[in-house]
Amino acid sequence: MVFKLNNHLLSRIASSNGHGEDSPYFEGWKAYDSNPHHPMENPNGIIQMGLAENQLSFDLIQDWLKNNPKASICTPEGVNEFREIAIFQDYHGLPEFRNAVAKFMAKVRGNKVTFDPDRVVMNGGATGAHETIAFCLADPGEAFLVPTPYYPGFDRDLRWRTGVKLIPVDSESSNNFKVTREALENAYEMAKLNNIKVKGLLITNPSNPLGTMLDRETLRSIVRFINEKNIHLVCDEIYAATVFSQPEFISIAEIVQEDIECNLNLVHIVYSLSKDMGFPGLRVGIIYSYNDAVVSCARKMSSFGLVSSQTQYMIASMLSDDEFVGKFIRESKTRMAARHRVFTDGLAQASIKCLETSNAGLFLWMDLRGLLKEKTFEAEMALWRVIIHEVKLNVSPGCSFHCTEPGWFRVCIANMDDQTMEVALSRIRTFVNKDVDTKKPKRTLRWQGSLKLSSPRIYDDFINSPHSPLPQSPLVLARN
Amino acid sequence: MAMENELPSVVLSKVAVSETHGEDSPYFAGWKAYDENPYDESSNPSGVIQMGLAENQVSFDMLEDYLGQHSEASIWGKGSPGFRENALFQDYHGLKSFRQAMAGFMEQIRGGRAKFDPDRLVLTAGATAANELLTFILANPGDALLVPTPYYPGFDRDLRWRTGAKIVPVHTESSNNFQVTTQALEDAYERAVAMNINVRGVLLTNPSNPLGATIHRSVLEDILDFSTRKNIHLVSDEIYSGSTFYSSEFTSIAEILEARGYKDSERVHIVYSLSKDLGLPGFRVGTIYSYNDKVVTTARRMSSFTLISSQTQHLLASMLSDKKFTESYIKTNRERLRKRYEMIIQGLRNAGIECSKGNAGLFCWMNLSPLLETRTREGEVALWKSILHEVKLNISPGSSCHCSEPGWFRVCFANMSEETLEVALKRIHNFMEQRKTASV
Repeated sequence: MVFKLNNHLLSRIASSNGHGEDSPYFEGWKAYDSNPHHPMENPNGIIQMGLAENQLSFDLIQDWLKNNPKASICTPEGVNEFREIAIFQDYHGLPEFRNAVAKFMAKVRGNKVTFDPDRVVMNGGATGAHETIAFCLADPGEAFLVPTPYYPGFDRDLRWRTGVKLIPVDSESSNNFKVTREALENAYEMAKLNNIKVKGLLITNPSNPLGTMLDRETLRSIVRFINEKNIHLVCDEIYAATVFSQPEFISIAEIVQEDIECNLNLVHIVYSLSKDMGFPGLRVGIIYSYNDAVVSCARKMSSFGLVSSQTQYMIASMLSDDEFVGKFIRESKTRMAARHRVFTDGLAQASIKCLETSNAGLFLWMDLRGLLKEKTFEAEMALWRVIIHEVKLNVSPGCSFHCTEPGWFRVCIANMDDQTMEVALSRIRTFVNKDVDTKKPKRTLRWQGSLKLSSPRIYDDFINSPHSPLPQSPLVLARN
Repeated sequence: MAMENELPSVVLSKVAVSETHGEDSPYFAGWKAYDENPYDESSNPSGVIQMGLAENQVSFDMLEDYLGQHSEASIWGKGSPGFRENALFQDYHGLKSFRQAMAGFMEQIRGGRAKFDPDRLVLTAGATAANELLTFILANPGDALLVPTPYYPGFDRDLRWRTGAKIVPVHTESSNNFQVTTQALEDAYERAVAMNINVRGVLLTNPSNPLGATIHRSVLEDILDFSTRKNIHLVSDEIYSGSTFYSSEFTSIAEILEARGYKDSERVHIVYSLSKDLGLPGFRVGTIYSYNDKVVTTARRMSSFTLISSQTQHLLASMLSDKKFTESYIKTNRERLRKRYEMIIQGLRNAGIECSKGNAGLFCWMNLSPLLETRTREGEVALWKSILHEVKLNISPGSSCHCSEPGWFRVCFANMSEETLEVALKRIHNFMEQRKTASV
């Protein structure tokens, strides 16, 4: 179909690149898509380490499903519920779903806090939740402060259709990228100087890409800050259950519970099952707000991204099973801790350090500053292209997370099986040793230019997906 | 939970505090009355009967039977191989098997008179999301879509709330069965120009909600020509396409484009959903089919905010690929809806009430204008209230659908059992009898 209409016949939003897919974050995915690793069919392909998925605990879920056929409305055991569930489109959500989610959220936080099911609002994944929250809290042109480095998807989720701006709050490796009061104040002042109204602060805790948690003192300081400025606080706690070692996760819910001076109308939590449970396909996003008006508004907006009632029903069933949930959370943490250890040890053997304070998340924040030719982002991108095309690993360069210091890379480690992990580690070791050994100047690599692949347009569409590419997911299975 | 404090209350966005969500309209007030006192055959026989909800409940047994015989649809019931891939699958292209099944289903509904390319199908969580998403793509804040009246009340929210777009109504009249005319389109367009509003497209619902009627082929041709002349988009919401009582009476815009060799098709976009034809509103299965590459790409990216659960995609891919099943379902569903329609039309006629000519959908368009005390919107709302509170029927007043003539009401008939429909008809009959004796 020849495209004849002029571009101006689409909206400004449609014609912009606010979708964010031109960032290097997605370039690596495109490269992976065109040459994906497979242990049998393509052992020399690129290993996907740019996708923060949790694939470590599916067997537990599968077992539960086999033993609980009633949870599905498609099985003979569950089909009696089919009709009721299929017509249920109330944006309040199934009560049992909200109850189960509230309970699960509390359990993940060691039951140190409780959540009111009536404040649980569904959304189309955390992606949908973030956009909805931005629509509720800010007008076009207004801004959110966001500590760097941050998840690249925020640039799209919070800004694209809402017209809201993001103002980075810088952090430094010298103090392990902590969020400081000073940095918050600086960012706030910068906004003021530029006549931009700040409506809120968005934090991700545990952090993506750092894999670290905010400590109690920092959280308290943040709460004081937002109260003083009378701005909103949105806490993305999507990785809450991925904290695998001490210290324990501290949710904003705990902080505001103890802080009687905090204006609760300012506090909102974004959550999802995509990381903690490993179900990104189910699109279970949650907004939990302490502000009644926001709950009400977000709930109305959730009409644009409700969770499938079929899914609500199954999740309600699964998450109400206390024994299973307890077991899952514990076992999941154990496996993540093990995976983390194997990787950090493996990297250490190659003299590569990762952020030490990291004890959460599905990834490592890898320090490759020592391998940069110079302390610039151009050098970071050059190194990244080498990693993609020579080492054949899709990792994510720090600049795509708006990191202020070049040389850091996010490496996802929970989205593959043990075998593939070993392959990845051995490739890294080989690369580092080669790099150390060689005295010759580096060859000019022919792909150091643009990473754009030239291919027919419709194929471009496929490889432009920021999510799992067609026809297969980046999951790597050792097939027998 | 809100804390007492002396700080000025923190402001939410303009979008958040606006009322464009539309929930204060009578359309929803009736629902509240129903919620508070819902009819139940045994436990609450004098409760309010819900006739304001366009749901299709006449064909569930066929879906349940299918599921009983096809366990492969339930990956999530047995944790079978493929489960892991499904749980992880969040690609905004959507499951290919599902898109193929949807495209095939849409073709079947149109009796094979139009072809659909699965790669042009963009998946969204419901038609609600699809319509909003298209508006984001086609219009800037302040721009307008022309929408023929009467129209689905939800459009006021879906097309305008977060997008900032406007709706300029295209007026229709009972004298020609509320059909859209080129004159009406031109008038609406001129009105917009006079208000300095940029018109970006026309949005049709075909078959129409609330009229319950298909749009004539010649009218569709006129509307397409109009859109081409003005160089604007044409969105055809065909959510009730599978609910036409006779397959041959529905003409999809897709058929017209095919007949024209796809000339000027880049301005055309179709919205579809399984909420009405399959009666699965809870599953949130919507789709945009666009003949415009850039719209497909952009819509696909935007669908990130509103993807369909992979669990649901899998179930439906399985079900909709079974051509024998879908063939039989479509046919039987049409017949049952037609029977229901005939039942309600006859029942209303016996009570002395006429409806506009309908041939599709889950509702009829009832004319109660002779009953109005005053032929005004207020008169209509007063009548509506008495029907709600005395007759205990929740029906939808035409004013909530922006009908330009007072006295028309949308009455849903497919969201209840036949017995309940009998009860409703009896109540209407009694109501009309009482009015007759009262006026003597």
